[in-house]
Amino acid sequence: MRTATLVLAGLLALTSTPAWADNRGDAKKQVEFGIAVAQKGLWREAIYRWERATQIDPSYAAALNNLAIAYEHEGELAKARGAYEKALELEPGNALIKQNYELFREINDRATRKDSQ
Amino acid sequence: MTARHAKIVSSLAAVALTTACGGYSEISIETPIRATMDVSAFQRVFVAGFISGGSEDVDGNLETTRLLRSQLRTKSSLRVIDADSLPLQDVATEGRPAEQTPPAQVKDEKDLDAYSNLFANVEYWKRIGEEYQQPLIVTGTVLFTPHQRNSIVQREEEVYDSFGRRRVIPVRTYQERKGFVLSPKFIFIDGRTGTVMHSTTAREEILYNANQATPALSSYFELMDRVIPSFLSTLSSQKIKGTRVLLQ
Repeated sequence: MRTATLVLAGLLALTSTPAWADNRGDAKKQVEFGIAVAQKGLWREAIYRWERATQIDPSYAAALNNLAIAYEHEGELAKARGAYEKALELEPGNALIKQNYELFREINDRATRKDSQ
Repeated sequence: MTARHAKIVSSLAAVALTTACGGYSEISIETPIRATMDVSAFQRVFVAGFISGGSEDVDGNLETTRLLRSQLRTKSSLRVIDADSLPLQDVATEGRPAEQTPPAQVKDEKDLDAYSNLFANVEYWKRIGEEYQQPLIVTGTVLFTPHQRNSIVQREEEVYDSFGRRRVIPVRTYQERKGFVLSPKFIFIDGRTGTVMHSTTAREEILYNANQATPALSSYFELMDRVIPSFLSTLSSQKIKGTRVLLQ
């Protein structure tokens, strides 16, 4: 009986999904929905979805990358910078995030250039 | 669920599925950039001309005035005043003793500094403002100078191994390069008061292989192309189109 209980407990431990994997799964659903609505031009809804994704799973670099793009599109450049930088902190080797960030920086530098008044 | 809802949900699901397979997807965005200056008080803009110098192959005053006017006509809501550009070099020397007269031939930044009083001449600009019905006045300096620098350049070279297989390898060589530097300073003057509202500077350079003969005028336009977006964003809000990659 004791052995059976131990085996059962072992099986449960092996088959149950860890909490972080659950979070990533939920966050991924939000990210996917965000992409679908962004492609239809519904950027505010996309921002809501990607913000939710980053709340559910704060280590989800792709969600932060997408959120940064949406902020950029809405002209919220400071927020975009923050999101890109967090995404790159999480995945410093991700070439696509780096490429997005470089393109963003070009625009951001132009918008925030110090001129005399 | 209505048929319309079902259709929307299924199309969203299809897009989501497509992106899920690829892991990433490109998307077009338009980043809005707010104008640096508030020009709502003006209906008209007068590009008055520039103090220019450097290369003798390009008339920096004439070309910059022409270019900015045409850009403002198409990309700003202000009405562009079509008038002869002002004889700014003459104005700057008028009534000044010979030892204080700025150099007629502008060669470098130092020569341009001698003209700084011109832009601070409130009375003069106020008078110009009255003459043209109090527009926003755009003026400043343009220095377009030849430039030379030796630097390491990377180029690709074809090599064939002993089996005749072709490979392209990057080769770094030290080369003499020639080109130009464009340093414009745009000054925005309030035509109602004659005072400077805003000024902005830029510096762009372009270098070519020393044996490449590129006309000075085409280099000037290439460099101005880089400067124009920030000039325009000073006066009017812009939307910058671009492409980004969404990730899953």
